[in-house]
Amino acid sequence: MPLPLHHGVCVLTSAINVIMQAYLYFFAPFWSHMCLRYVRMLVCVWALLWVVGCRSTSADQGLTLTGSTSVTPFAEHLAELYQHQHAGSAINVQGLGSSAGIRAALDGVAEIGMSSRELKPEEAAQLDQLVIAHDALTLVVHPSNPIAGLSRAQIQAIFSGTIRSWDDVGGAARPIVLVSREAGSGTFSAFEELVMKGTPIATTALRQGSNGAIRQIVGGDPNAIGYISLGIVDQSVKPLAIDDVSPSAEQVAAGRYTLVRPFLFVWRKGQPLSRLASDFIAYVMSPDGQATLIKAGLVKGDTSR
Amino acid sequence: MRERAIGGLLLITALGTLLALGLITYFIFQAGVPLIAQIGLWDFLTSSVWDPTSKPPRFGILPMIIGSLWLTIGSLALGVPLGLAVAIFMVDLAPPRLARIMRPAIQLLAGIPSVIYGFIGLAFLAPFVRTLLGGPGLSVLTGAIILGIMILPSVIAISEDAMRAVPASLRDGALALGATHWQVIIGVVVPTARSGIIAGIILGMGRALGETMAVIMMIGNALDIPRSPLQPATTLTSNIGLELAYASGQHREALFATGVILFVMIMMLNAIATAFVRRPTLSRRRA
Repeated sequence: MPLPLHHGVCVLTSAINVIMQAYLYFFAPFWSHMCLRYVRMLVCVWALLWVVGCRSTSADQGLTLTGSTSVTPFAEHLAELYQHQHAGSAINVQGLGSSAGIRAALDGVAEIGMSSRELKPEEAAQLDQLVIAHDALTLVVHPSNPIAGLSRAQIQAIFSGTIRSWDDVGGAARPIVLVSREAGSGTFSAFEELVMKGTPIATTALRQGSNGAIRQIVGGDPNAIGYISLGIVDQSVKPLAIDDVSPSAEQVAAGRYTLVRPFLFVWRKGQPLSRLASDFIAYVMSPDGQATLIKAGLVKGDTSR
Repeated sequence: MRERAIGGLLLITALGTLLALGLITYFIFQAGVPLIAQIGLWDFLTSSVWDPTSKPPRFGILPMIIGSLWLTIGSLALGVPLGLAVAIFMVDLAPPRLARIMRPAIQLLAGIPSVIYGFIGLAFLAPFVRTLLGGPGLSVLTGAIILGIMILPSVIAISEDAMRAVPASLRDGALALGATHWQVIIGVVVPTARSGIIAGIILGMGRALGETMAVIMMIGNALDIPRSPLQPATTLTSNIGLELAYASGQHREALFATGVILFVMIMMLNAIATAFVRRPTLSRRRA
């Protein structure tokens, strides 16, 4: 098993620190104030302790989850609750994107990867996956926008740049500002798959790196439209009904709201999970964990397995 | 004995710096050059379609090159006149006491993290631009205004140094010939310090070209080629910053290839800046 990257980086940086501090300590005699010398010596000792500290944390068994920025806030919340119940367990959640999470799980850099898109066949061949929840992709506009809902065809026309003004869909005569995600993001590929179906998104669309950034921009711009996770929607933006079905957990569960994607935990096939990992997964899939996710606006995962 | 130990330590540190530079260069080129070779340098630079996840993927970085150029030129147009004016003021016109306060204040400007600049652009300037001038607010103009402020410290510090290095004999000579204070500044000090001022501008240009975080937050990152300053755009750096986390396979290689282009551009700018600073018109330090 390869050494996790961050331990190597930690030891390396602290080693550099020790060298630099030692070198400054040797120079201290040239300075006039004796107290500076003592400060340098203390810092040097502190840096040495840091190296030792690095060693001891790397000996600990921590769990790292890496991946989708859409899943990250929910995983962080669950990890917090779990750590609250099990003192001493260290769970580290990093939001780097679905593809990065899948790659991290394949490479063994993180024990569990998080994805907000379906696995590609070649990825599914090497990874075990578990649907921890379903998420509704929600089209959002500024609260002052009079539009209450759109059809799928209208959304496709808006995002491909065919419809450019709000009055073409029953709104005010103002230009539409598109807010999208960047290529490779799980939310972006889910949107392409579920809504665009092969039509390219207009190049005039603003691109943002996270659900939160899209919410902030749409919440501040009366002309904007964007797409985010249902769980991220708050009162700063207005969710739109799609084909007269408003996005809600009930509508998703009933199968009426159809812009739905899975939130996945993935890990390497054939590699037994650590006790902490399997325990955390069991917690996420427990009625308690699922209730937390549902309260946060998601829809129940694959609890049958 | 101790001196030798210190000397050895310093040598290792110095070599470590060189090694780091060499490794960075090697890894960027090793990761990026194969893709450029595969699709051709000309196509990579001049195709305007960037769609890394379509089948087949399209990698054209023209919109980003143009975005970077617009943003860099815009920030220089806003930052350089202001920076030069401040430098002239601090060298020749400001009471020494005021200059003593201004210098650390400008250094402080350089110390503000770029994410803070980006946040100010996103939260305050963008809504202002949107309501006042139209467009989505996140635009080339918004980015150029904030970047113009971000490059001020390098422009001011280096041109101030260069102007202070102008020998007193030149000023005295001009004054003796009857030139006014302003004529001395414009006719003698600025032209003599020209190479230093240009070096400062080029370093500022490097900063503007290389800035990533603030630009991602302010410029909107649209893949369109911007036709007006009020439109959003993508730059070489912001596209790498935005997409790298999610990229895999060829997409990742294409981002490294973008890095190669950026690396070469910045290296060229630095080389030009160094050439200007080294030009031995006058000694750089005050006599």
